[in-house]
Amino acid sequence: MQDKDDLVEAIRQTLAECAQLAVDVTTLADTDDLYDAGLTSLNTVNLMLAVEDCFDCEFPEEMLARETFQSIHAIAEAVRTMRT
Amino acid sequence: MKPEIVATAPTIDSIIDRIGNEVLAVHAADVDQKARFPAEAIAAMRENGLLRAYIPVSYGGLGVDFRTLTTISEKLGGFCASSAMIFAMHQIQIACLVHHAGSTVYETDLLKRIAAKQLLLASATTEMGTGGDLGTSICAANLSEDGRRVRIDKMAPVISYGCQADAIMVTARSHPQATGNDQVHVLVEKDEVSLDPVSTWDSLGFRGTCSLGYHLVADVPKEHLQPVPFSQILSQTMQPVAHLLWGSLWLGLAQDAASIARRAVRASARKGEVPPTTQLRLAELDEALFKMRSTLHDAIHRYQHIIDNRSWHKTTAFSFGIAMNNIKLICSEAVVDIVGKALMIAGINGYRNDHESALGRHLRDAYGAMLMVNNDRIRSHNAAMQLAQR
Repeated sequence: MQDKDDLVEAIRQTLAECAQLAVDVTTLADTDDLYDAGLTSLNTVNLMLAVEDCFDCEFPEEMLARETFQSIHAIAEAVRTMRT
Repeated sequence: MKPEIVATAPTIDSIIDRIGNEVLAVHAADVDQKARFPAEAIAAMRENGLLRAYIPVSYGGLGVDFRTLTTISEKLGGFCASSAMIFAMHQIQIACLVHHAGSTVYETDLLKRIAAKQLLLASATTEMGTGGDLGTSICAANLSEDGRRVRIDKMAPVISYGCQADAIMVTARSHPQATGNDQVHVLVEKDEVSLDPVSTWDSLGFRGTCSLGYHLVADVPKEHLQPVPFSQILSQTMQPVAHLLWGSLWLGLAQDAASIARRAVRASARKGEVPPTTQLRLAELDEALFKMRSTLHDAIHRYQHIIDNRSWHKTTAFSFGIAMNNIKLICSEAVVDIVGKALMIAGINGYRNDHESALGRHLRDAYGAMLMVNNDRIRSHNAAMQLAQR
């Protein structure tokens, strides 16, 4: 089980690989708005699949909303919720 | 101060029946033929308070609920689809202000002024180079050096009735360094904007909407920026309200075509000339109309419930966006199907332009539903989002 920093780092890695943001992921704070950073709804789908692969989990229906992918922090919270 | 009069549903029904028959229906053919703005229809809506219908009573509006707004849109669509489309597009902008108005003095005063003067609002959301995606802008809100004004320079492929509107709501990136989807929604009044036409509007249908393209240059006080991000306005209000109000007027258009077909069949029946196959076709048309109405009303009910409970978070669920897109896809294709069926029933008289059963304008307007906001683009978006559906 990864600790908090590893979790966030893995999410940052996933974002850099698949989200096609308009800015460098390393310049983003954990709470910065990813949509403002150029995340599109279609890339959200790619991001969702990549997060599921990375953490071997599946987002339930009620989590499949814009807010879940709003920031690195929000994604980390979602992953933690799915793990519990 | 005069006491507020809250319009009740029966009052509004009778108003629409009256102006529909006496104004919209009278000028519909001329509006269509000349591709001109339906000035008489909009004046009649204004005289009867319809342009301020959705503004709360506390701001001087009629304070009707969303469901009533869809009913108005539907009824108007049966008289003149172009006029109904302008009504719908105006109300989409009103809803963006009403649902998202904060407590700034500007927003409060603006709503009161729109209600008092019944200003007609238009929209400049799409932009050349973004492929019809409302969630992306190229132009940006440029703050003046003193930080008090904002300048926007936008190439808009369409601003329906842009020249006739009193104000236009424009999307732009929130600042020159912002990414394409970090957008703001800005109100621009007539005397704050220059509009240089870049295209004409000689279309198959919805000819009265005067949907020309413009080079828009606006210079407005900073307060004209809606304080909430446009992405929130888009998902909570603009997308659902647009699809549901458009769906409603297309339903009105389909319903009118069905009525024309039914009248034609009844006239034949009186002469004992109705072939059994014609009556079967009428029954099939009725099924299609029933399906369109049920689908639409179910979605209207769902959204009204969200408004009533202020449960806006439900609108950001991926499944909600997909559902609203489904409404647009289903209704825009249903209206073509239903008008086409009506035409086959009305036969040669429906095909003629010089007959009371004429359905040419209905058919041409019906195709606008899937072309003016392209179905393939919406369906492609839904297709991609299927991966995020359980």
